[in-house]
Amino acid sequence: MHDILSQLEARRSTARQGGGARRISAQHAKGKLTARERIELLLDEGSFEEFDMFVTHRCTDFGMDAERPAGDGVVTGWGTVNGRMVYVFAQDFTVMGGSVSETHGAKICKIMDMAVQNGAPVIGINDSGGARIQEGVASLAAYGEVFQRNVLASGVVPQISLIMGPCAGGAVYSPAMTDFIFMVKDSSYMFVTGPDVVKTVTNEVVTAEDLGGASTHTKKSSVADAAFENDVEALAETRRLIDFLPLNNREKPPVRPFFDDPARIEPSLDTLIPANPNQPYDMKELITKLADEGDFFEIQAAFACNIITGFIRLEGQTVGVVANQPMVLAGCLDIDSSRKAARFVRFCDAFEIPILTLVDVPGFLPGVAQEHDGVIKHGAKLLYAFGEATVPRVTVITRKAYGGAYVVMASKHLRADFNYAWPTAEIAVMGAKGAVEILYRSELGDPEKTAQRTADYEQRFANPFVAAEKGFVDEVIMPHSTRRRICRAFASLRGKKQTNPWKKHDNIPL
Amino acid sequence: MFKKILIANRGEIACRVIKTARKMGIATVAVYSDADRDALHVGMADEAVHIGPSPAAQSYIVIEKIMQAVRQTGAEAVHPGYGFLSENRGFAAALEAAGVAFIGPPSSAIEQMGDKITSKKIAQAAGVSTVPGHMGLIDDADHAAKIASQIGYPVMIKASAGGGGKGMRIAWNDTEAREGFQSSKNEAAASFGDDRIFIEKFVTQPRHIEIQVLGDQHGNIVYLHERECSIQRRNQKVIEEAPSPFLDPATRRAMGEQACALARAVGYTSAGTVEFIVDGQRNFYFLEMNTRLQVEHPVTELITGVDLVEQMIRVAAGQPLPFAQSDLKINGWAMESRLYAEDPYRNFLPSIGRLTRYRPPVEGPTANGVVRNDTGVFEGGEISMFYDPMIAKLCTWAPTRAEAIEEMRIALDSFEVEGIGHNLPFCAAVMDHPRFTSGNITTAFIAEEFPDGFTGTTLDPVTLRRVAAALAAMNRVAEIRRTRISGTMDNHTRKVGDDWVVTVQGESFVVKIAADRDGSTVHFPDGSHHRVTSDWHPGQPLAKLLVDGTALVMKVAKIPSGFRLRLRGADLKAHVRSPRAAELALLMLEKTPPDTSRFLLCPMPGLVVSVAVAAGDEVQEGQALATVEAMKMENILRAERRGVVKLVNAKPGASLRVDDVIMEFE
Repeated sequence: MHDILSQLEARRSTARQGGGARRISAQHAKGKLTARERIELLLDEGSFEEFDMFVTHRCTDFGMDAERPAGDGVVTGWGTVNGRMVYVFAQDFTVMGGSVSETHGAKICKIMDMAVQNGAPVIGINDSGGARIQEGVASLAAYGEVFQRNVLASGVVPQISLIMGPCAGGAVYSPAMTDFIFMVKDSSYMFVTGPDVVKTVTNEVVTAEDLGGASTHTKKSSVADAAFENDVEALAETRRLIDFLPLNNREKPPVRPFFDDPARIEPSLDTLIPANPNQPYDMKELITKLADEGDFFEIQAAFACNIITGFIRLEGQTVGVVANQPMVLAGCLDIDSSRKAARFVRFCDAFEIPILTLVDVPGFLPGVAQEHDGVIKHGAKLLYAFGEATVPRVTVITRKAYGGAYVVMASKHLRADFNYAWPTAEIAVMGAKGAVEILYRSELGDPEKTAQRTADYEQRFANPFVAAEKGFVDEVIMPHSTRRRICRAFASLRGKKQTNPWKKHDNIPL
Repeated sequence: MFKKILIANRGEIACRVIKTARKMGIATVAVYSDADRDALHVGMADEAVHIGPSPAAQSYIVIEKIMQAVRQTGAEAVHPGYGFLSENRGFAAALEAAGVAFIGPPSSAIEQMGDKITSKKIAQAAGVSTVPGHMGLIDDADHAAKIASQIGYPVMIKASAGGGGKGMRIAWNDTEAREGFQSSKNEAAASFGDDRIFIEKFVTQPRHIEIQVLGDQHGNIVYLHERECSIQRRNQKVIEEAPSPFLDPATRRAMGEQACALARAVGYTSAGTVEFIVDGQRNFYFLEMNTRLQVEHPVTELITGVDLVEQMIRVAAGQPLPFAQSDLKINGWAMESRLYAEDPYRNFLPSIGRLTRYRPPVEGPTANGVVRNDTGVFEGGEISMFYDPMIAKLCTWAPTRAEAIEEMRIALDSFEVEGIGHNLPFCAAVMDHPRFTSGNITTAFIAEEFPDGFTGTTLDPVTLRRVAAALAAMNRVAEIRRTRISGTMDNHTRKVGDDWVVTVQGESFVVKIAADRDGSTVHFPDGSHHRVTSDWHPGQPLAKLLVDGTALVMKVAKIPSGFRLRLRGADLKAHVRSPRAAELALLMLEKTPPDTSRFLLCPMPGLVVSVAVAAGDEVQEGQALATVEAMKMENILRAERRGVVKLVNAKPGASLRVDDVIMEFE
């Protein structure tokens, strides 16, 4: 009997060695952790329960039968993050370069199926050379099975991808369909075709880092949602993100004890809006002063910075924030900011996370490039996302809310529940100057008249009261009491139930 | 007594005067420029009068505008504060002519003390010690040696036409005086074409010590002891204290009596300050007299219990001083740190912008002393480019100097200022400097001890351990809160461990926490332990703890698996990790910060409004380089690091695309 028990220990020990000491050292030398080390840091201490530790591949071609490492290059299982259940898979680069075989794929599919069945997030740690070429189409089939599950799990349980090494070719499409992608600076990259192929086909010379590194994907392509300094930091921040997310689409977002007065008054907000309407201010100051304990988890912080997206807590409960940023491009909407915010709004709506919208928007960005690149269709994405959302929604207009962009930014007309405006708000079709140029074109030669007309227009529309008289703004509130007002508003919406008409699925302008 | 006074100033001093006036039941009138429309002093005053555009030259120092405000409001007296019109003879005279009381000295005294040469002559005549020297021509080297030995060594031999250190020699004996005279003369002739030489006493180990005087209109003049203001940066006072750690009672009395003699000689009334330079042997020499309330007057108030502003107002109203010299004793010790909106990490470059957070320490009595903060700003207010960058004066009082310094350390650590660069870390570094705490300071202290500017301090080993213990305990509280989230698995919740590794300032501390109801005992591997108690809770930016019964205060912010902490002039990132996570973190590679581009690129399509620098200019990190207007917004582009401008490519009015090069650096 003792022998049998020790045999299990021996087999476990072998499996835990992964690709062996030499390959582990090589992994460490690159500043990368092994799959098991990553899981250790991601999950609560001692909470990991592994599946399929002894699974091996079944390939016999090209001499593959000579080596059958236990686990087949991916570690899968479940555990807890601060006591809440999550499923996890971590590709093991030390075992056959983390390449995806039929059985490797099957292991991932097994935990994804369980995650959907049991209602817990899936966290995938990607560090793989790609398809296992020796297996041919079986490897492609494995990818396909994973992709299909990514699609079906989407909107059911949160899916988070951590890119902690190479992720190239078809492999990128699994993370691409998950909710959040985090990358590690300098040691991860993602691309469909690598620098060598790019060189052959288009004659462009580019490094892997420039083509698909963390900087490229967080700043230019918007493929990734955040980049971190190293594995340890990325895993710690993933735990922090999970603390904001519900486990599945049937649960409310999590609540945790908070140490911040929901009625906290912030007198400094009364001077946030500069006297000069053309002077920017930092919308992030407002976000952190409204949030519990000033804690803000920003999503896509480095991309389309004219709009801010991320998570805060109010009274301990997660709230998604969408806010125009006057510091960048005056906070206007454009193709990139619309896409960024639309995806974020749809995530929140899918997972019952209430949305706070902070508005200071002068309009859509004019320009040939914008029109030719389809700002009509991309701008519509944000409009659509807000329009279909049924979660509790509170909107605060701090300053400008002009034109179509006013409607887009979670206006009353798009079923927002509470629409507040600060006394500094200006809700109008456009700025006074532009309006006068159209309304009184014939008088433009007369600067005195034009100035008078502009003043008249400002007097009439550069305030929140016209909208308030019509009920488009529910209440004009003092900036210093904004936290108290929005906390109470969200508290009153805890029981909100709203449904859209039955449909197979919608047809968002993709 | 006056019913209404006008304060012809702004900022903290205007607020300071308003406070006392209010205490005395006197109505107050503030004046303000465009930039100060929402300033603190405007809100505090009973009335406020707008006096013009933001630049002081068009508002605060225009006599007619102040006079207009006086007439408009019917103020019976004007307090000028310091700076602006406070030492303007014309202003005092204009008020006199209008029959409005000037809360300050007579205009004649301002005039006599306003000129350096005249004031020195008056001082000499009044028997005040001045720097000995020989102004006449010197015949030859022997004559020079004779004069030098009469003055007393060391002496400074200077070219009359000198400047920039040329033709300047210090001599410690006759031989050096002869040699110095000759070489100075030669150098002066070569450099300036003028070989006239003069000799004066060279003041070694100079300290700046000043005497506060107060006189009434009935001929009473007293001195309220001294203030030591040796901690200066490029002639800008940073830290002051009272009394001086250097003076003995005899010197203090001699200085005080001479200061009073000078004041008497010019018929001085109201508050004034006689500045002296004091050498290493406690010889003191008159520098100048400031005929106004001094910035650093609070330290005098704290050790004497006299409200100087109140006495100034009473004197101006004709009341006699309520005390005699013998009533004025020194009680305890007071320190003052001037809070400047200047970024010490960027070579003390002025910093302007919005005060996103401004929480001074609580004023009033502490366990062992008193905290006072004279301020002119508020959270959410704007620091503009138009005025003095000093935004507050933080003062502490305690029975002894060492205790006053300790109170100041805690007060500085408790002071929250965000949104602008400021010198709080620098003041904290001075408070912890052994030479400062020893009292062995001179006016060269900052230049000698911080020759390369300020890059932050490192914590001493004892403080570091206390900090490590505090962070371990705080982290445990934060981690426990994380486990109290909803949706956890029943019976399988996370247990927060007792073993942690705190990594801070390059050192790792392996600790074991034994927590109980009242706090935590943090054990170190060497068997020592620290007891940490605190009501800190996660998210609080100011952590006030007791470590082994003594206070530890630090500003904390969350970073991944740790805290950013600021205290005692240090700005550190600390990590608190489980032993396993700490072990794995050691595998992470040290990354060198990426080489930021040598170009300033246009971050958005827009129009260049202005370019603030030219080729060849040296720029500091954070300095404004150019302004680009986009979407009708003016965006200020700033230098990401120190450098020299090589070439400016964009001109004002140019329309730029994203990533167009605005300028290149060397």
